[in-house]
Amino acid sequence: MKQQIKTAEWKSADDSYDVARVREDFPVLGETVHGKPLVYLDNAATAQKPRAVIQRLARYYETENSNIHRGVHRLSEIATRAYEDARSTVKGFLNAAEEREIVFVRGTTEAINLVARCYGGSRLRPGDEVVISAMEHHSNIVPWQLICQEKGAVLRVIPVDDDGDIVMDEYRRMLSDKTRMVALPHVSNALGTVNPIKEMIAEAHAAGAPVLVDGAQGAPHANVDVRDLDCDFYAFSGHKLYGPTGIGVLYGKAALLEDMPPYQGGGDMILSVSFEHTEYNALPYKFEAGTPHIAGVIGLGAAVGYLTNLGVEAVAAHEDRVVAYAVERLRSVAGVRLVGTPERRASLVSFVLGDVHAHDVGTILDQEGIAVRTGHHCAMPVMDRFGVPATVRASFACYNTEAEVDVLADGLEKVRRIFARV
Amino acid sequence: MSDLTDLYQELILDHNRRPRNFGSLTEANRSARGVNPLCGDKVAVHLRVEDEEVKEIRFEGTGCAISIASASVMTESLKGRTCGDARNLFERFHQMVAVDDGPASHPPEMGKLAAFAGVRHYPARVKCATLAWHTLRAALEGDAQAVSTE
Repeated sequence: MKQQIKTAEWKSADDSYDVARVREDFPVLGETVHGKPLVYLDNAATAQKPRAVIQRLARYYETENSNIHRGVHRLSEIATRAYEDARSTVKGFLNAAEEREIVFVRGTTEAINLVARCYGGSRLRPGDEVVISAMEHHSNIVPWQLICQEKGAVLRVIPVDDDGDIVMDEYRRMLSDKTRMVALPHVSNALGTVNPIKEMIAEAHAAGAPVLVDGAQGAPHANVDVRDLDCDFYAFSGHKLYGPTGIGVLYGKAALLEDMPPYQGGGDMILSVSFEHTEYNALPYKFEAGTPHIAGVIGLGAAVGYLTNLGVEAVAAHEDRVVAYAVERLRSVAGVRLVGTPERRASLVSFVLGDVHAHDVGTILDQEGIAVRTGHHCAMPVMDRFGVPATVRASFACYNTEAEVDVLADGLEKVRRIFARV
Repeated sequence: MSDLTDLYQELILDHNRRPRNFGSLTEANRSARGVNPLCGDKVAVHLRVEDEEVKEIRFEGTGCAISIASASVMTESLKGRTCGDARNLFERFHQMVAVDDGPASHPPEMGKLAAFAGVRHYPARVKCATLAWHTLRAALEGDAQAVSTE
């Protein structure tokens, strides 16, 4: 059992990406858990925060804190500029055409609810269809269920094959002139599947349907170019991308956002209000009612800046190496069965260990300092599809290493030993 | 932090691997279902109660080692006891696993249930150990709603 991991071992095989240096940017990685070095493999739940983000939040609160888009005083000007600069940073990150296409929301969940409510709510008619996949997170199921029930629309589900890939022929068959919306995950949070979303978007558009991409697991690991993808909406959360919790992004094509009614009413989203009539503000403010999470937005801007500085592609390449090693290493542990063996995988691996329940695996790994997610990953239909009540999920970020995968594999051997006693 | 074998005692592993009183109970007159939405554990507890005595008790479900073993040991402990005993034992069990008050204190009458005393060092697992018991209580109270640990 490795008790200590020397910094030298953190160094990745590819010298151009210095993972040891990257690790130094994340203060929490120096923590120990139950006396063991923290091995944080729960990045798909939330990623750790680099010093650049933590310090940016502190600087905002210590020197810039003010409300935005109002007040003529100096701090308000600074805070407003920092907030709008973050929007511009996100616009660049997604390669969106315009700043006004970037709406700040609480997270992916709120972004999807906003589109389901405002787009779905104004467009869906009885008998219309919304298409999702069998690998959705609950947050890309329930908002559509709610609006479909309300409007008498039908929710269609594209099946997933035994490897965890979308069955494309079924998807094509499902598209029709009744399809009003297609909502898909960029990367599956439970299986790690990278979906062929560009192709799927083109197919949906050919059938006249817009596409929302749930990018919660996509944005931190893929180079997202919303114009190249030609997606109509793209949603992601800041906290899975090294930013603060409670902040996320909805990208929407301006023409679609313009046509949608507001999500919430309140301050900031209006131009003029009387008791008879309210005139809504322009994009994106129409969708940003009330005082927003200013610090969160600024912190998210810093997180995007941090990731961009590392290089989105360099990080993705590093994560691909680590996850490929994890797949190979876990397969060498007796009793491990991978759940999801997709054609293209990003950043995570889901598995079960013999007949040991994932929850028990998680508790034993925790004692080794290893943080993994265990359970249904808010994707109960995926668990049903693969006939397991729960899985263990190891998910990787820019700072994870092959050495940590070895610690995980050793931890699994310990689980086996404990459960082999009777 | 306590040793893992404190949590995963052999008795617990044994009851997980070979759950006692597992299955449906056709002559049941009290039943309830319980779920732990956090981890997806599901359990159903079936009882045949006559004259306030637990004549027969069985359970079925899926879950982690702690929740299955807890349900199994619970059924063994309650057969032949009165409903009042069952409620008292629930209180004592809950106290034992959910209240971290220093060294384990489990009176001799807890019997095999004392194997779960280590759970209190693992707060995330308390709900696993108590799911079957909460479900039992719902069954005794004739609560048809599925109980949830959340």
